[in-house]
Amino acid sequence: MSAQIRKPMSKRMKTHIGMVLPALILFIAFNTIPLITGAFYSFTNYRGYGSYDMVGLRNFIDLFQDSRVGSSYLFTFKYAICGTILVNVISLVLALGLNSRIRFKSALRGIYFLPNILSGLIVGYIFSFLFTYIIPAAGTALGWKALSNSILASESWAWVGVLIVGVWQSVAMNTIIYISGLQTIPADVYEASSIDGANPWQTFQKLTLPLLLPFVSTNLILSTKNMLMVFDQIMSLTKGGPAQSTESISYLIYRNGMDGGQFGFQSANAVVFFVVIVTVSVIQLRLTSKKEEQL
Amino acid sequence: MSTAVAKSAKKLKTREEGKPNILLTVLLIIGCLTVLFPLYMTIVIALKSPSEMTNDVAGALSFPSSLSFSNFSEAMRVTDFWNSLLNSFLITGLTIGLSLVLHSLAGYSIGRSMGGNKAFKFIYFYIVSGMFVPFAILMMPLVKETAILQIDNMLGVILLYVVFYMPMNVMLYCGYLKNIPQAMEEAAEIDGASTWTTYWRIIFPMMSPMHATVAILTALGTWNDVMTPLVIMSGSEHTTLPLAQLNFQTQFGTNYNLAFASYLLALIPILIFYIICQKSIIGGIANGAVKG
Repeated sequence: MSAQIRKPMSKRMKTHIGMVLPALILFIAFNTIPLITGAFYSFTNYRGYGSYDMVGLRNFIDLFQDSRVGSSYLFTFKYAICGTILVNVISLVLALGLNSRIRFKSALRGIYFLPNILSGLIVGYIFSFLFTYIIPAAGTALGWKALSNSILASESWAWVGVLIVGVWQSVAMNTIIYISGLQTIPADVYEASSIDGANPWQTFQKLTLPLLLPFVSTNLILSTKNMLMVFDQIMSLTKGGPAQSTESISYLIYRNGMDGGQFGFQSANAVVFFVVIVTVSVIQLRLTSKKEEQL
Repeated sequence: MSTAVAKSAKKLKTREEGKPNILLTVLLIIGCLTVLFPLYMTIVIALKSPSEMTNDVAGALSFPSSLSFSNFSEAMRVTDFWNSLLNSFLITGLTIGLSLVLHSLAGYSIGRSMGGNKAFKFIYFYIVSGMFVPFAILMMPLVKETAILQIDNMLGVILLYVVFYMPMNVMLYCGYLKNIPQAMEEAAEIDGASTWTTYWRIIFPMMSPMHATVAILTALGTWNDVMTPLVIMSGSEHTTLPLAQLNFQTQFGTNYNLAFASYLLALIPILIFYIICQKSIIGGIANGAVKG
């Protein structure tokens, strides 16, 4: 009896295995194998060419003493934390606005979503011109000293320039996700709260936000991950400068790993970066799923 | 009690028939300027001749006195526009095609089998966890690997994209599959159809809302990506549209009109696509967010 059931099952199973196999082979070939080779090279002094030796944990020890690596982590985290907060606050406010009773609703949504479809590199070039020429010229004309120099040339403020561009682009996607979240909240929930005499702020705090929480956690995880991996904007805005003050982890790995003869060392950096991203994502998942359970 | 009912009925009425909030509309329109201003600047500078660019704000931002299209023809020549456009189209198109086929197949087999099969459950988490692998760690080994396999060209970039978008797309397909009742396939199989035919005849067409989402998300990601072609195709003479802007930065020099004409040219295809399919793009992404 059981054999009879099993036979057609196994035929179906064979087809299913055949269906998943092409994707699985590609994934192993271009994700798992490079991941393992990268991890292997992190224990070597490979320069990207020629011969190499195993150096054990040397690269990892050096990594924690390397000031350039340290400052790239500092920049990347400063950028990702400020960026994630700004993006989520702005896009939540925008989503609330774009989801209420307004005129030109779909046109406005269309415009606010526009930055998301544009190439990050080209957006960076456009803003680079804005920061380097237009804003200083406007600053000089208005007599504002603070604005009369390009912020991209300032060692202490260039990261804000990169942040503005990053936020400008990321807000679009998160806004759409928040809007689709707001639309899952049934209208009668709001009616109940207005009957109970809740003011708009109470409604938002006690009703909208908790019901939106799954989308908040999606957005937080998405934007943190994307912001930690920042690359395109750096490439077009600052190339890591001035004085390496805006060098992100991805950019440093690219710069020194590909051309700087630090293949082994930057592989170690990449391994640490990978662990950092996984840790941050897991912590975020844990925290938000706990919050969701409490409700 | 009756007053409460009447009150709620009144509230209901105002909610549905209430006037649009004009103040909010105005605020949101003003906010749009932050999005539109950089684009306005790009268009104006691209249409201007270099002699009109003075050192003050007005010089850059004023409307050009005469439209100069020579920037565009010059930019097309310098960046080999039509070739990079074709390459971008080829890469994005083939990536989407392969993704729709391979990812939906994988998503289907995993989604239907992982309930009772531990191996498929493992494959699901194995592939989806790829979402957290940063490109930075794969970059250097992939450059070596693609060189050895002699796919350090467009084909390699396409295959890599198929892998990079696999975690998200497989997750989306698996999630969507929960909405499709299994009874459909069982009925078809009782009629003697094989799993393979059932999939292509019944399931694949039924997943078309998710195909749209997957196609849009994959298209936006691949069309705008610079990093992958930058490191993988650096040996070949081919470029993509965004990569060309990076490669020809030095040739633009201080001729910002030429540079901006080139940026605008590179943005136009996706802008046209967006204007035509705006509703389905936004809808598709919202769909992915709710299902994902």
